[in-house]
Amino acid sequence: MSRITACFQALSAEGRGAFIPYLEAFDPDRATSQALLEAMPAAGADLIEIGIPFSDPVADGPVIQASALRGLRAGVTLAAVLEMVRQFRKNNTTTPIILMGYVNPIEIYGYDRFCCDAVKVGVDGVIVVDLPPEESGILKIPAERYGLDIIRLVTPTTTEARLAYILTQASGFVYYVSIAGVTGTHFADSHDLQKAISRIRTVTSIPIVIGFGVRTPQHIQEAVAIADGAVVASALLETLAETLDHNGRSTERTLPAVLEQIKTLAQAVQKSRN
Amino acid sequence: MTKQIQSDACSLRQQPDDRGYFGGRYGGCFVAETLMPLVQDLALAYKTAKADPSFQRELTHYLTDYVGRPSPLWFAHRLTERLGGARIYLKREELNHTGSHKLNNVMGQILLARRMGRTRIVAETGAGQHGVATATVCALFGLKCVIYMGSTDIERQKPNVFRMRLLGAEVVSVTAGKGTLKDAMNEAMRDWVANVKDTYMLIGTVAGPHPYPVMVRDFQSIIGTEARDQILKVEGRLPHSVVAAIGGGSNAMGMFYAFLDDSSVQLVGVEAAGHGLDSGKTAASIERGRSGVLHGNRTYLLQSRDGQIEETHSISAGLDYPGVGPEHAWLHDIGRVQYVAATDEEALEAFQLCTQMEGILPALESAHAIAYAMRVAPTLSKDKVMLLNLSGRGDKDIFTVARYLGVKL
Repeated sequence: MSRITACFQALSAEGRGAFIPYLEAFDPDRATSQALLEAMPAAGADLIEIGIPFSDPVADGPVIQASALRGLRAGVTLAAVLEMVRQFRKNNTTTPIILMGYVNPIEIYGYDRFCCDAVKVGVDGVIVVDLPPEESGILKIPAERYGLDIIRLVTPTTTEARLAYILTQASGFVYYVSIAGVTGTHFADSHDLQKAISRIRTVTSIPIVIGFGVRTPQHIQEAVAIADGAVVASALLETLAETLDHNGRSTERTLPAVLEQIKTLAQAVQKSRN
Repeated sequence: MTKQIQSDACSLRQQPDDRGYFGGRYGGCFVAETLMPLVQDLALAYKTAKADPSFQRELTHYLTDYVGRPSPLWFAHRLTERLGGARIYLKREELNHTGSHKLNNVMGQILLARRMGRTRIVAETGAGQHGVATATVCALFGLKCVIYMGSTDIERQKPNVFRMRLLGAEVVSVTAGKGTLKDAMNEAMRDWVANVKDTYMLIGTVAGPHPYPVMVRDFQSIIGTEARDQILKVEGRLPHSVVAAIGGGSNAMGMFYAFLDDSSVQLVGVEAAGHGLDSGKTAASIERGRSGVLHGNRTYLLQSRDGQIEETHSISAGLDYPGVGPEHAWLHDIGRVQYVAATDEEALEAFQLCTQMEGILPALESAHAIAYAMRVAPTLSKDKVMLLNLSGRGDKDIFTVARYLGVKL
């Protein structure tokens, strides 16, 4: 059984949803980013999403854009992101790791090579924002060969016909993009969310996770009450950015501040246990 | 009958395939899921409109009576004499309303947007020519218009920024990156994804997710269709070569398309070398880039070893972009079009020569094509015909040119 499936089964037995915090690789530097990654499970992360910085993140709002730029300035490469996961796996063999990014760095790295290396270092799934199912054959074939889940995105604009098409290809979990817009803007209306998640559940039995716009403990409680998990990204990156010095370097407040917020969010998810 | 089918199969004018791939490799549709249903709707709407005679009639009406088509073909006799070689003809796209070829495409797309019931238009612009054309048709049809423009470009293309505002458009300054066309494109796509209900994204070049590359090419192909007829009429033969500047590549694709199957005609796309092809300050995506995926399509891109998109440089804001339309990438691979480059300096020299010899101020973009003619026309015999696309007028560039000449306006 994959780490992702095992994780959702265990949480389901516990009667609660998954909390998935996000970090951008190398934001603001390699060491801080690695330390944050390694401290996340103890702070309450059930799964972890790592952003692969890209120069032109068209689906992201200003917070993730700035974060990606800091990562790039710190010298991040796709190979270095994989190395972060390899390090992480030395002490953690259970927390699923999902990489999220844009297609070009993966295309340049090579699809087959990427899937092979990702699985080897212990990556469990990958979300490629600008690779819709129509174009994803190039990634799907090697991903299946090496056993890497491609996490599919469903959005408020996804039609019935597309929903069925997308979900026949989904593995691991489904990522529901809760708003039509870029990351880090507003939280969706919970009635709309309820309707959207029910619609997806009629087509698939794999776990559904809500992302985009989940910022506060209250949001995440609402989200995990409706779906099987939720991702918090921009809110954490914002906290991280606030702790940096005027040169954009990490300070002694950086790690504690982000981890504190992760703990608060994790507690909110714990409380939602039914 | 069989013969007809065979010749169609060999035609270079049958691309892309249904998925938007040119030569099976370049193009495609690489956008976030939120936009997928929208671009698929658009592809369908375009296919329907293209086959609808009433759409074509409406477009022809606006192209004739509003844009001012057909544009003339001008024999540049003093320029020809000065260069002392091939006979040079200029396709006068700068005489279109708003001063460039951009309106051909914008007119087609705005009629489509209206058919689709869209009420808000967003567009990216580099030099501002596409932005001005878009703001113009939005004024014409009473539609809300938001133009994204890089902060660097806003600085170097001030007259166009003011024109857009006069036309009622909201011009949003994009400060991300180097503040040029790539950054404007990113921001326009973010706007679109956040306003899917009423918004139409009006892309100005032969790039972006399918169907934009084929749609923009179709709307621009009137340039070459007219020019081919015109040159046959005045010269009684096809030209030796057809030359156009290339950033994203819409004026070049519009010019080349009619000539793709005329194997005797040499097609030349002139990229912006900036400070020089190997200076690190260039925008020559084909000559110095490699295949990758950006802004919805696979094409040649200027990028790092790790697939991060690089900052570009050209004196011409309209060519200052790290990619090129996917059809050009394919035409390069199969060797049908030859891609060369001209530097900032060569473009400035060409700008002045064309102005002084022909009384025509060319856009700095178009000046790159003229720079090629300055280099190559003298080496060709006097019976050869060279056709240049004069894609835009240079009034917008006088401040940039003045600065380079050390003149204070």
